[in-house]
Amino acid sequence: MNYFQLFNLPASFDLDLTELGSRYLQLQRRFHPDQHSAGSERDKLLAVQQTANINDAYHSLKHPLLRAEHLLALRGLKISNEQRSFTDPMFLMQQMELREQIAEIEQSADPDSVIDSIERQLQQQKRALLQQLAAALDADNTAQDQLAADVIRKLKFFFKLQQELELIEQQLQD
Amino acid sequence: MAYSNKVIDHYENPRNVGSFDKDDASVATGMVGAPACGDVMKLQIKVSPDGIIEDAKFKTYGCGSAIASSSLVTEWVKGKSLDEAQQIKNTDIAQELALPPVKIHCSILAEDAIKAAIADYKQKHGG
Repeated sequence: MNYFQLFNLPASFDLDLTELGSRYLQLQRRFHPDQHSAGSERDKLLAVQQTANINDAYHSLKHPLLRAEHLLALRGLKISNEQRSFTDPMFLMQQMELREQIAEIEQSADPDSVIDSIERQLQQQKRALLQQLAAALDADNTAQDQLAADVIRKLKFFFKLQQELELIEQQLQD
Repeated sequence: MAYSNKVIDHYENPRNVGSFDKDDASVATGMVGAPACGDVMKLQIKVSPDGIIEDAKFKTYGCGSAIASSSLVTEWVKGKSLDEAQQIKNTDIAQELALPPVKIHCSILAEDAIKAAIADYKQKHGG
């Protein structure tokens, strides 16, 4: 299913999220099962299915990585369930170093400033990669799509680090 | 999901954690990662002049199964030739650790890590 078509939005990585949000609400209202309570069983079932599709689509288009994956899937490059290992040694070395910094937060004399410094690094790297991703997807050709897939893989590591960092921050506050 | 006793044992008492000097000519390094879960695995081997893996070390950031898989592989490769180590299959790792289907990718990561280390050694030594 083409999620962009569902919301009648252009299939582009650069998406107007406000517009997506309001179209989501419109569609949700239109297909809400309560609106179809007077209809046949089949109508009701269709409304429930359509609501599930709308929710899935909204969730996928809202998140930049899922949106990028969906866009690539529409172009015939499916990477969402791949189990292939990532093998770029320089990138992985950098990930290892960031992981080490995160592991040392709790022993640090000033954990907050260490968290801030890691947070800044993560944001900076994420921003640069998201720009690369946008440019690669915008080009809309096979070579650039492959590049985009690689940038998505890298970004997944950064989103994961961000989550871990937030978890540690939370634990320190408790 | 419950971890098997073997996974818990390797997780609580990981074998061969650490690093070798990567500039040592007898040392080779394999780095691999899994984008889906963000796991990162570094596996290093120390190889004798006659091509036998004398020692191995690892460092893994990831779940218990990923740590156990890499710990197990460092135990398995010691004393093996590069060719023998190349034969290690993720299915053997998964079977030994009784990994559930959702954790099979951790054993794939460990197999890819040892293969990457062997490839690094061969590249360093012009093979």
